[in-house]
Amino acid sequence: MDLGLSEPQEMLRKMARDFLSTECPKQLVREMEEDEKGYSPELWQKMAELGWQGLPFPEEYGGGEGTFLDLAVLLEEMGRACLPGPFFSTVVLGGLTILDVGSQEQKQEFLSQIASGERIMTLALTESSASYDATGIAVEATANKGQYVINGTKLFVPDAHIADWMICVARTRKEEMPEEGITLFLVKSGKQGMVCNLLPSLARDKQCEVVFDNFRAPKENILGETDQGWTEVSRVLQRAAVAKSIEVVGGAQQVLEMTVNYAKERVQFDRPIGSFQAIQHHCANMAVDVDTARLLAYQAAWKLSEGLPCALEVAMAKAWASEACRRVASLGHQVHGAIGFTLDHDMQLYSRRAKAAEVAFGDADFHREKLARELEL
Amino acid sequence: MDFRFSEEEERFRQEVFEFIKKELPPHWTGTGLLQEAKDGEEWEFSRRMLRKVGARGWHALSWPREYGGQDSVARQFILSEEMYYHELPGVDLQGALMCAPVLIQYGSEEQKREHLPKIAQGEVVWCQAFSEPGAGSDLAAISTRAVEKEDCFILDGQKVWSTTAHRADWTFLLARTDPEAPKHRGISFFLLDLKTPGVTVRPLPNIVGTYCEIFFDSVRVPKGNLVGKKNDGWSVSAAVLGYERSGIHRIAAARRNLDRLLEFARETKRNGVPLFQDPIVRQRLTQLFIDGEAARLLACRIVWLQGTGQSVVHEASMSRVFGAEFQQRVAQTGMQLLGYYGQLEPDCKWAPLAGFFLRQYLYALAATVGAGTSEIQRNIIATRGLGLPRG
Repeated sequence: MDLGLSEPQEMLRKMARDFLSTECPKQLVREMEEDEKGYSPELWQKMAELGWQGLPFPEEYGGGEGTFLDLAVLLEEMGRACLPGPFFSTVVLGGLTILDVGSQEQKQEFLSQIASGERIMTLALTESSASYDATGIAVEATANKGQYVINGTKLFVPDAHIADWMICVARTRKEEMPEEGITLFLVKSGKQGMVCNLLPSLARDKQCEVVFDNFRAPKENILGETDQGWTEVSRVLQRAAVAKSIEVVGGAQQVLEMTVNYAKERVQFDRPIGSFQAIQHHCANMAVDVDTARLLAYQAAWKLSEGLPCALEVAMAKAWASEACRRVASLGHQVHGAIGFTLDHDMQLYSRRAKAAEVAFGDADFHREKLARELEL
Repeated sequence: MDFRFSEEEERFRQEVFEFIKKELPPHWTGTGLLQEAKDGEEWEFSRRMLRKVGARGWHALSWPREYGGQDSVARQFILSEEMYYHELPGVDLQGALMCAPVLIQYGSEEQKREHLPKIAQGEVVWCQAFSEPGAGSDLAAISTRAVEKEDCFILDGQKVWSTTAHRADWTFLLARTDPEAPKHRGISFFLLDLKTPGVTVRPLPNIVGTYCEIFFDSVRVPKGNLVGKKNDGWSVSAAVLGYERSGIHRIAAARRNLDRLLEFARETKRNGVPLFQDPIVRQRLTQLFIDGEAARLLACRIVWLQGTGQSVVHEASMSRVFGAEFQQRVAQTGMQLLGYYGQLEPDCKWAPLAGFFLRQYLYALAATVGAGTSEIQRNIIATRGLGLPRG
């Protein structure tokens, strides 16, 4: 049993923490919340120079040959820093999906461009049902003279407004089983027939509405097998749920540290409030939530990384991280008192993100129900 | 990272499992905890199991090799996990896992020679005598006195909550040897044969079994029974936290209860529909399943820390507090699913699962109190783990 990071992973973590503390100060995080693009192209390029966008891809595509666990280390630090921008969308939702099912040419083109920082990607999956079930996929792609014509609306698509390309999950055939007849398309942004609108959201995390109106995609842009796309979507969802759990654990760890420091400094009744048991027990509960969330998330990440069966572990990780990290943020507010709610304070940056992460890729109820199906026997 | 035990350790788990399969009586209704033996018959069975576990050398799994151990926290963890999960008594928490580590760290050669082999063989049952009526969470406030004479210490006072004292052979205890010194610095650690004249053990029935009180009336304790230096007992007693600190026994037993509950929910129909199809029941039980996994990982972390020579500070308190509350949530959910039936005593013909969850519910109530309350554990997490100032 080895619950620690390897030496190179420890180095990666330290390097990422140092880099982000200089390059991603909270001022930038605040600016990007208001910025229409929501990311800094300069920072994006610097990250690419460090090899971050290409970390989990093979060397032949300009990648770093890293494992999913290596990527997890990076994601935890990004969560800790509230890094704004399309890293998650591009690498976890876009690149890794192409690595799974892309053709040789698609991998060559997309992965090298992602690794060099030249291509931003995302996944257009959810629709008005806002669920992660195949029944929710109503956007249609109809074959027509060697092309597919896509119609319908995708919702809650992260970073679609800046994505150069996106993977659109569409229904190509109506079948009895909702999981059948779904196909993944690589679609280029800015072309005729696609309109993208930013949704004003709690964490200002640039989720979009993407409307396809007779959008034409050549059939070469099918990603993976026609009509069999849901198998890959399930894999992507598992991976994204774990990646999101890891990211939100990074944020929760930072909230815990901020809160403990505040409790040591803030004096009331002539003593630091951290000496009161009521406050101590809040902090202890936060620490237990952070540590359990991290253990469960890394267990799932490790299993994914090793290619081991992990349906139970993924569901447990996301169900727990969703609720635990939201609890940590709420207790962080409680200990901080009124100051934590002010916009000048960092606390609210984290609590808004924790709340948004709670629903992303399935909330606790959703994953408990998944677990129930696994346990029914 | 690797969340698995090694192949060799997993082979050991298989060995333990075979042992349990062979030894577990078909209609056993006891628990894995020796202290919870309901009657004399269960107790005799538990003692037999202690010897059988001893014959395999398993009491000493986490002890250093020079004392006949295997220096393997992981194997001890696996033994505890399997034994408690399957509810077979035989893991000696108080002797092999609390008293022995103290003797190995602080005992004289003579004390080691005298006691360690008997603990390793499962021959002698030990109990703890720490708490007193006036010293619970504030253990250093003990007032039991040990006055040094020429050839012995004279012990006077009273201990309480000493489970199994009425059945145990020996006890390890804390007594005050310097009433003038600051309270942590005037305490010594002693071993005592419970058959010594002047020792009276009185059972103190509780809601699910019995605790004991121990009274000392001018008891002559040989000087050779002092462990470590006189007045150094507070430091010595820290070693009872010894070799396997994960608290997996409690978590394994609670996971077993949960598995029983899952089985019950799959098999029991209410209004013609399996209970497990009720969305509320599904959500509750799966949340407990997640809690159980989180608890197990907190416990595994201790094994990893100890196995790699890293220090365990507040991590054991986390495992302890989370594990105990998990145990309570499982028991509570069990009672909740059983509704009216939950309150029926084991001997009632209507009692579901022979009153199993009623007993578990009562045991679990004390889980957040015994061996350091949840409040004390949270204080430890906050002060030693997070560095918050003491109140």
